[in-house]
Amino acid sequence: MATLLSVGIDIGTTTTQVVFSHIELDNVAGYFSVPRISITGRKLLYKSRVHTTPLLDHDRALIDGERLAGIVRDEYGRAGFTPEQVDTGAVIITGESARKENASVVLERLSRFAGEFVVSTAGPDLESVVAGKGSGACLYSEQNECRVLNLDIGGGTTNLALFDTGELVHRSCYDIGGHLVLVDHDLNVSSVSAPARIVAEAEGVPLADGSRTSLDVLERIAKRMADLLACAAGLGGDEALLERLRTSTSTGGIAPAGARICFSGGVAECMARMPEDPLAYGDLGVLLGRALLEGRLCREAQVIPALERISATVIGAGIYTTSLSGSTIYYQPGIFPVKNVPALRLEDEVERACVAGDGGPLAAQVEWFMRQGDATRLLVCLKGMRDPSYDALAVCARTLCGALDKALPEDAPVLIAVESDTAKALGTLMARISDGKRRIAVIDAVHPMTGEFVDIGPPVMSGMVVPVAVKTLLFG
Amino acid sequence: MDDRLIQLIVDEVVRQLGRGVGATPADTVPEAEPLDITSPEARAASLLADPASPDALERMRKRTTARIGVGRAGPRLNTRTMLTLRADHAQARDAVFSTIDPKFIESLGLMTVRTMCADKQTFITRPDLGRRLSPESEKLILEKCVHDPDVQIYAADGLSTTAIRANLDRILPILIETLTSSGLKVGTPFYMEYGRVAAEDRVAELLGAKVVCVLIGERPGLATASSMSAYIAYNAHVGMPEARRTVVSNIHKDGLNAIEAGAYIAEVIKKIYEQKASGIELVK
Repeated sequence: MATLLSVGIDIGTTTTQVVFSHIELDNVAGYFSVPRISITGRKLLYKSRVHTTPLLDHDRALIDGERLAGIVRDEYGRAGFTPEQVDTGAVIITGESARKENASVVLERLSRFAGEFVVSTAGPDLESVVAGKGSGACLYSEQNECRVLNLDIGGGTTNLALFDTGELVHRSCYDIGGHLVLVDHDLNVSSVSAPARIVAEAEGVPLADGSRTSLDVLERIAKRMADLLACAAGLGGDEALLERLRTSTSTGGIAPAGARICFSGGVAECMARMPEDPLAYGDLGVLLGRALLEGRLCREAQVIPALERISATVIGAGIYTTSLSGSTIYYQPGIFPVKNVPALRLEDEVERACVAGDGGPLAAQVEWFMRQGDATRLLVCLKGMRDPSYDALAVCARTLCGALDKALPEDAPVLIAVESDTAKALGTLMARISDGKRRIAVIDAVHPMTGEFVDIGPPVMSGMVVPVAVKTLLFG
Repeated sequence: MDDRLIQLIVDEVVRQLGRGVGATPADTVPEAEPLDITSPEARAASLLADPASPDALERMRKRTTARIGVGRAGPRLNTRTMLTLRADHAQARDAVFSTIDPKFIESLGLMTVRTMCADKQTFITRPDLGRRLSPESEKLILEKCVHDPDVQIYAADGLSTTAIRANLDRILPILIETLTSSGLKVGTPFYMEYGRVAAEDRVAELLGAKVVCVLIGERPGLATASSMSAYIAYNAHVGMPEARRTVVSNIHKDGLNAIEAGAYIAEVIKKIYEQKASGIELVK
């Protein structure tokens, strides 16, 4: 039994929150079996209050890294933890702010507080999954054997994730949120974000920075946004307009219809406890929540209650971003942790050639990938063989060693993730062939896709497993 | 019952049978491959005619090797389930009672030794004899094997020759090479016929092995007949407590595959060698 201390930091368009949790690991295999280390428990230790994300005075589009670092530092103090104690977790910059240039600067400022092994960012599609797990939508779908679509509606974006019996089947992200229009109690508009302008234009209502508006105009925009979310949930509607609002870094599209619906995020908070003042937060949040309650989504789909609303993303980030490698893996001492390693999934024919002893295509694919991404290291992902013979695995090991030694830069370690349960054997053979020329690690039970990045933490549970986190987006 | 009624019943049965198997002569029926009910494809097929939730059934079936969702005929099993059970039982019996092809053992470069059991029947009925080596075999081992090894590895049929046939050639090379390359003196491997686990104690005594490891066929069940175990002990001697054995079980293609098991067992053996302890005395 071991425990990892995990931190989750969610920096949204409007709010920032920090959580600490314990991730419990144990060997769930019987005494006479090969160990199988699993995550056996996730316990929330500390949840900070919801802070307003600090922005720079001279440019409200930029996060004030200095003040943000202050907030996070104070929360570490209040929770009673130091960065050195933190084993894993994620810092997520969601919503509009993720695209802001200073995100990398902010992350750099934060890294001093975050700890050695913490995922920096997740990317919009992965954030959808994180929020859906944090809200309890994933768990509900597993326990009730049904499909649940989670909509995490924040200030700048809405993250959608569809789960079928606990399995993710769809994810997407749209620039629809409660904070896209800023307005004071006298109905003076102080800011209109580009996505809000698109919606206002489509609705045919005037909306400009510095102008006065009416509740009627704001309600119409909120209703239109709610309708677009129903469209994103597969209920049909103005798909062309919706496509214009797709978050540029999201690859997902419209979710299939027929699932139960779960709402999380700040707007879901408004839906659950509707403030009387429609402009309580100086933005569209309350009106959007009201429009959603009265709109098609709530009328046509069965809505399930969320376990967490505004904190879904931060809890998801703190608790659900870390997974574990398989329990029979191979690595040389000191090779972990590694951070931000790009993953390269071998094409089937490349892997087939590799198994047959021809490393040419592998070397070519690796060299091409390194040039494309300007990368200095990579994690090569293989399907691997099922119950291979010694000779077959030895051929594969030799080919991998030869090709990777040729294709990788001088000091780069050989990092491999294999799907079949052969990591320890493959690593053992490769290490013998390489004979100290390169540092080698082979892990299994993780399946990153090409284009994703991987953090692998220092080994835990007497060195049997390593914590792994996969992310889709990197800054800087 | 009068003859007329009997005739009617017979006619009806013949008519229905004819409809069932196809009333046309055999030569006009396309030659179909007979179904192997023990094949993975046949096992994967759902036998429930009309499940309320096929998806849920599929999920449950994936989580267990138990024969669930197979339907029934009144209070009894359906014919296909019954036949599959009997086929699996037959495989289990074969695993216990068949002998291994000597060519397979020779192809691995192993010599064969024997316990005090003269045949399978004795082996099954006299566990005590399966733990003792025949005098000729003791002599052979002393003559042919490296003495005082750090690690002595050998294989034994135990209760499943099928397990040895399926796994030994996959597990042995990686196990021996890994141990050798980490600087341990690995003894001469061999194959023991009619061997029980505790025969390893005598082997360790004879050769003066610090660590002894037997790769042995597990008693087959109805889920698999090809599962192998490794029993490992430090400083083993005849009469030592069973609690001093470290065991790695469930080695087969649907459990832990043999080559991965080999890499894992090598690591366990290194740990046992370093700690000078095995079984419950080993700190994991």
